[in-house]
Amino acid sequence: MIPYVLKRLAGFVATLLAAAAVTFLLLDALPGDPARFILGINASPEAVQALRLQLGLEAPPLERFIRWIGGMLQGDFGLSYTQGAPVSALIAERLAVTFPLALAAMVISIAIGLPLGILAARRRGSLADTGLMMLAQLGVAVPNFWFGMLLVLLFSVTLRWLPPGGFVPWDENAWGAIRSLVLPSFALALPQAAILARVMRTALVDVQSADYIRTARAKGLTMGEAVWRHGVRNALLPVLTILGLQFAFLVAGTIIVENVFYLPGLGRLIFTAISERDLILVRGAIIVLVVGVTLTMLVVDLLYGLVDPRLRVRRASR
Amino acid sequence: MQFPIKTVLYAAVASLVLIGAAQAQRTDIRIGVVLEPPALDPTAGAAEAIDIVVYQNIFEGLTRVDETGAVQPGLATDWTISEDGLTYTFNLAEGVTFHDGTPFSAEDVVFTFERILADDSVNAQKALYAPIESVTAIDAATVEIVLERPSGMFLFDIGRGDAVIVSPATADTNATDPVGTGPFRFVQWNRGSRIQLARYEEYWGELPALTEASYHFIGDTAAGINALLAEEVDGFNNFASESIALFEADPRFKVLVGTTEGEIIMATNNRQPPFDDLRVRQALAHAIDRQALIDGVSNGFGVPIGSHFAPHHPYYVDLTGTYPHDLEAARALLAEAGFPDGFSTAMKLPPVNYARLGGQILASQFAEIGVTVELINVEWAQWLTDVLTNKDYDLSIVAHVEPFDIGIYADPDYYFGYDDADFQAIISELSTTTDDARRRELAVAAQTRLAEQAVNGFLYQLPQIGVWNAKVEGQWVDSPIEGVVLRDIRWVD
Repeated sequence: MIPYVLKRLAGFVATLLAAAAVTFLLLDALPGDPARFILGINASPEAVQALRLQLGLEAPPLERFIRWIGGMLQGDFGLSYTQGAPVSALIAERLAVTFPLALAAMVISIAIGLPLGILAARRRGSLADTGLMMLAQLGVAVPNFWFGMLLVLLFSVTLRWLPPGGFVPWDENAWGAIRSLVLPSFALALPQAAILARVMRTALVDVQSADYIRTARAKGLTMGEAVWRHGVRNALLPVLTILGLQFAFLVAGTIIVENVFYLPGLGRLIFTAISERDLILVRGAIIVLVVGVTLTMLVVDLLYGLVDPRLRVRRASR
Repeated sequence: MQFPIKTVLYAAVASLVLIGAAQAQRTDIRIGVVLEPPALDPTAGAAEAIDIVVYQNIFEGLTRVDETGAVQPGLATDWTISEDGLTYTFNLAEGVTFHDGTPFSAEDVVFTFERILADDSVNAQKALYAPIESVTAIDAATVEIVLERPSGMFLFDIGRGDAVIVSPATADTNATDPVGTGPFRFVQWNRGSRIQLARYEEYWGELPALTEASYHFIGDTAAGINALLAEEVDGFNNFASESIALFEADPRFKVLVGTTEGEIIMATNNRQPPFDDLRVRQALAHAIDRQALIDGVSNGFGVPIGSHFAPHHPYYVDLTGTYPHDLEAARALLAEAGFPDGFSTAMKLPPVNYARLGGQILASQFAEIGVTVELINVEWAQWLTDVLTNKDYDLSIVAHVEPFDIGIYADPDYYFGYDDADFQAIISELSTTTDDARRRELAVAAQTRLAEQAVNGFLYQLPQIGVWNAKVEGQWVDSPIEGVVLRDIRWVD
């Protein structure tokens, strides 16, 4: 087990370094100047030059790269060019919105998607199955931002139960923060739940005709018991893979839903930073995302072992 | 029958509560804004979004610009100007404190201007203050500013957001924690979401009616509509024109249509053939149908312009008739310039509605005279580098939002590439003239020259379309300078 963990760790560090180098190079090649962005179209070239010096943009690329990596190793992500605030604080602030949002969307999509998938698989070919799978097809097809707008129209504009958007900070009013995340997390969860339901159904349908289910039936279990105790667990493997990918997507790819609900999330932060050429902020955020996604994948890998004893045995015997 | 005493009591209490609620006028306001400022120091950044939050609210200058564009006393309560127009002596308001409690004095004024003029200054409008020779504190309540040459715009220029008075103790942190002398102090900034201000109870002048104000950043139009309809915000200072009918029809809201200092122009690279030929530029000017453009881009909101000047300004002359929409004349001019079959060109469009939509409409209008336009969408940062800095463009569409900025055409190195000795002479006299009648003549001459030379395609003035709760009053309809001034905003029944 220990060599396995070491190998994974080395891979982790190598991934990070590669990501750092690639984002640095790519963003450096991007046309545009944060100093010009800040000072606008009437500023004199001298003022722009003075600001470039002040921001440290005039140093050669290699020097800036080394300074940036060195800073991060000490936990210092630098100061945002356009906002003048520490990059780490800016990202942490946004993660306090995006992470709970992604988690809530994940929980909702599991709570809706898995039971529906199991139900559809158990009633394969029935009217319920057809109906559910049509619904799931619809759920995948409906864009989440549009679904979000419908939710706002119903629950905020008409019923006035929930705010149409915005975010109340956790330390100000935790209940308010939760209320601001309800509609966006449902908007995000819908397509994910639909995908999960479809994957779960397919996996379970495959499993139902497996030999071990027949053996379990032969031991005297009902079909329901056999599927629940042996089938679901086996069907979870592909579901776990999808969940890992979905979580990474939920953390990094929620910008459209963030826009609809004007939430101060990570997606909008990165989008604005790119358009303002606040490259130091973009780079910091990408590193944080790379860490997050790599860690998620690691967790998924470990969970495989938990779900599938064969993987544990194979690793242990190495 | 028993007398329903309980019911009556409940009703009485309930009505008392209702009356109480009706009488307690709200003193807070929540304003929706499309763009979030990157930072909050107006002396170190040009973004209009900065001024929308801080100008005249958190920070004040020696003078201030009012809703009509006129200069009013600010931290300087009055001033005298020497005969030669070079020496300005300002008397400063007394009892003024910064929001951190430190008293304001003439030394802060000296510090502010020395900071603007320093070699390492990052003030976006530094060039405006270049005529300043010296700033001296005569005593704690008097400042003398000496200019190298007279300036007709000086009192206006020191009333801009770029010249607000800052304290030496907090100048370096104003970007994230602004401290000024204004009627509102900064409370909190939840980035990506909102900025909160509260009334500064120690304010030296008349206290505003509002005690709290917050700015909510809502970039998406549909989200903005929902926020207004759900009454999560009390107004937008400038809202998307396509949704205005919805709010005009709803008695809960009022729509205020005004003007701004933003001239929307089709920027033209005057150095680049074929645009170095006056006849080509004239032909394009004849081909533009401004009203069709305004209808298509902003649902008819916006005033056509014929030169680079705001229609609400007292010196404005209507020059939209210089080259009227006339396709025959346009084709004749093109033929004369050697392009009987037209030519192909490209237009770089920044990511704003008026540019992206406007580009498509202009391209179809130019197609009628045989000019084929390739539309190239660019980001802002790319636009600033390609078009503004490297002048690598043929045509573009952009709004110039600074007040009274006709002087940019006198700089041959500016991205228009317009080098005209006659025009430069007019501007150089205008910038040193203080006599109002003469200034008007020169401003008219400058506008006329630009219109005749068809330097750029002059399209229309960017409107300000405010959507507000019908019970909110005192907000500016026009915007002669960037800002959302909270001073006079109040709730009425």
